[in-house]
Amino acid sequence: MNFELTEERQMLQDTLRRFLADRYGLETRNKIIDSEEGLSPEIWAELAELGVIGALFTEEDGGFGGKGFDITTVFEELGRAGVVEPFLDTAILGGGLIAALGSDTQKELLEEVIGGALHLAFAHGEPRSRYELNQVETTAKVSGDEIVLSGRKAVVVNAEAAGYLVVSARESGGLMDEDGISLFLVPADTAGLTMVGYPLMQGGRAAEVTLDDVKVPSSARLGEAGKAYPAIVTAAARANTALSAEILGSMETATGLTKEYLVTRQQFGRPIGTFQALAHRMSDMLIELEMARSAVINIAGRLESDTAERDRYVAATRNYLGRAGRLIAEEAIQMHGGIAMTKEYELAHFAKRIVMSDHRLGDTDWHLERFIALSAAA
Amino acid sequence: MDLNYTPEEQAFREEVRTFLAEKLPKDLADKMKTKSELSKEDYLRWHKILYEQGWIAPNWPKEYGGAEWNAVQRHIFEEECAFANTPRVLPFGLAMLGPVLQAFGNQEQKDYYLPRILSGEDWWCQGYSEPGAGSDLASLKTRAVREGDHYIVNGQKTWTTLGQHADWIFCLVRTDPNVKQQEGISFLLIDMKTPGITVRPIILLEGTHEVNEVFFDNVKVPVENLVGEENKGWTYAKYLLTHERTNIAGVGASKAALDSVKRMARAEMSGGRPLIENPAFAARLAEVEADLMAMETANLRIVSQAAVGHAPGIEASMLKVKGTIIRQEINDLARRAVGPYAMPFQSEAVEGDNQPIGPDYAAPQASRYFNNRKLSIFGGSNEVQRGIIAKTQIGV
Ligand SMILES: Cc1cc2nc3c(=O)[nH]c(=O)nc-3n(C[C@H](O)[C@H](O)[C@H](O)COP(=O)(O)OP(=O)(O)OC[C@H]3O[C@@H](n4cnc5c(N)ncnc54)[C@H](O)[C@@H]3O)c2cc1C
Repeated sequence: MNFELTEERQMLQDTLRRFLADRYGLETRNKIIDSEEGLSPEIWAELAELGVIGALFTEEDGGFGGKGFDITTVFEELGRAGVVEPFLDTAILGGGLIAALGSDTQKELLEEVIGGALHLAFAHGEPRSRYELNQVETTAKVSGDEIVLSGRKAVVVNAEAAGYLVVSARESGGLMDEDGISLFLVPADTAGLTMVGYPLMQGGRAAEVTLDDVKVPSSARLGEAGKAYPAIVTAAARANTALSAEILGSMETATGLTKEYLVTRQQFGRPIGTFQALAHRMSDMLIELEMARSAVINIAGRLESDTAERDRYVAATRNYLGRAGRLIAEEAIQMHGGIAMTKEYELAHFAKRIVMSDHRLGDTDWHLERFIALSAAA
Repeated sequence: MDLNYTPEEQAFREEVRTFLAEKLPKDLADKMKTKSELSKEDYLRWHKILYEQGWIAPNWPKEYGGAEWNAVQRHIFEEECAFANTPRVLPFGLAMLGPVLQAFGNQEQKDYYLPRILSGEDWWCQGYSEPGAGSDLASLKTRAVREGDHYIVNGQKTWTTLGQHADWIFCLVRTDPNVKQQEGISFLLIDMKTPGITVRPIILLEGTHEVNEVFFDNVKVPVENLVGEENKGWTYAKYLLTHERTNIAGVGASKAALDSVKRMARAEMSGGRPLIENPAFAARLAEVEADLMAMETANLRIVSQAAVGHAPGIEASMLKVKGTIIRQEINDLARRAVGPYAMPFQSEAVEGDNQPIGPDYAAPQASRYFNNRKLSIFGGSNEVQRGIIAKTQIGV
């Protein structure tokens, strides 16, 4: 065993940490969050330039990483700085699915993605599907050379900025069948595709997407007809790994801010950290943080293992991060007192990032249930 | 002991229900369900309706125009209001200042202020906390220096809830800096229109404008606006805080919120079955309901034991701590219940009159979760309450 990052990853971490400390402070971030686009094209371009997106793809796909530890290295830093830009959506989900299933022609898009010129969104969730990856009501019907897509997609993160949407639709089978789900690469300006966008509680934007007889050529299909489900599960595993690392990064910052505040805030003529009622809880936060770091290492190291093993770790880690994250977010707020409740103070954003991540790709309870099922089968 | 409601109490509940069915404007109830912020007019509309009914001040004695209900009646009223989704009646004038004036104010003050609190003519806010004086309230620094018939006030208050709407603020000010902290504080009533007062918004983490900073720059306050004696303000402040704490168990609100979680969890499907059948979710829901069942009786028992208008001792701290834990756990379940649709940020400003995103019950859940983190911070934080309990019981 070896618990050191490789030299390349260490360098990436240092570069990223320095850049974000320099360029992504509270004011900049709040301006981005309040902006109409909900992201900064400049920051995006600069981060792409630094190789942040390339690190999330394998050499074969034009990047220089793409493994579990590349993903966690990048996302932990993004989480530490509270970055709201949609790396998860463009690179891990959208880009990851193109890399996994795309034809050579389709994969040409990856160069633009890695260069920072193209955004993507994964239009999979639906108004009734909640977190179920196999529940797809949107339909895809072959009509001559074309395919007609109809349905609604819910809370599609980054849909407005995306040049292409990776849309899931059912070509055969029943509501929850794993078989029969296909993915399509749909240009955002395709006729019949409309969206209502809105900001998200944690920063960034999403949209409700309606597909009203959207016609795409059959060459828009990613991979084989009806066989996309395993790739979707893999993309979700990678995204859950990224999200876990991001939560970890935000937990580090929330914990760090709290530690600092306990030393500087005085009440009753002494630093509040001298009250044991708070000091012990601070210790608990630090303990949880250390465990969370290990849980993230656990999935990063198993992302390339066989899927049963991988998914058991994904479920366990997201469940653990959900619990530890909630504890740290809530305790950080509580131990700060009123100041933590304000938008102007740094902590608020991190608490929101942590808690709201519990609404993406399965929540704490959902992952617990999945972990129980996968463990029973193991 | 008898845990059943008496026929009179049941009749009272019926009366409250009929009143709510007839008089609660539907648009207000709808707004309570789907939005996270109310306007000043919303609050005042509901205030006026209760005022006309004679129910605006459940805990005030009749001689001051209150309803003088007993603990069970207040409980029933609170519960029915919560289930009907009425707007909240703000505590600053009615639950905080009112009892202080009744106990310590002079006749002119009672005659002038109390009827205006009841009618809603004056909107009051609470000027206790300062940037440096939160839990350690007695360290407050806002100075009031007497000059002839006036006090000249300088300093800053913060976290002033809905101060942007307020006509008046009741303030704790330092009138004697040379004695023990608690012995140099006075209780002053200040007209918000007085020159030298500036109100600046503080935006809360979930985007609402609920609290403010209030700055005082050579603000002239007539000496008649002093409540009770100079330098005795700490006694009145503590009296007020215990009143604030009795209302904070929030049993009615928690019961209604739990009921709404159950409704959402029945409507939401997870993996092909209703979310309410998810074992992890169902277990937490059941636990918090069990807590709440005990809490309801604890609240009734403790509040009943205290005579009308008198606040209980450390039991009030117990109700506050456990009551807020329960409420916050329910808020957490509610946010989780709505799944991905908790994420859209649907503030009034952003949304306007647009259709909500996702089911209409989803919109306010994440906001409520974050906003209600305040419950364990204000009104004496839960740590401070535990300190009070421990000090009384362990005594060291
Ligand atoms: C939304 C909101 C609305 C509010 N509305 C009003 C209002 O209308 N008017 C008003 O006057 N105030 C209001 N407050 C202020 C509120 O009363 C204070 O926030 C509260 O008293 C805590 O003070 P603080 O925020 O300065 O935290 P601090 O006192 O600095 O506390 C920070 C942390 O230290 C803990 N702590 C402090 N002392 C001890 C101790 N001795 N032992 C153990 N732990 C300790 C606290 O519990 C907390 O966890 C409001 C606050 C909020 C958040």
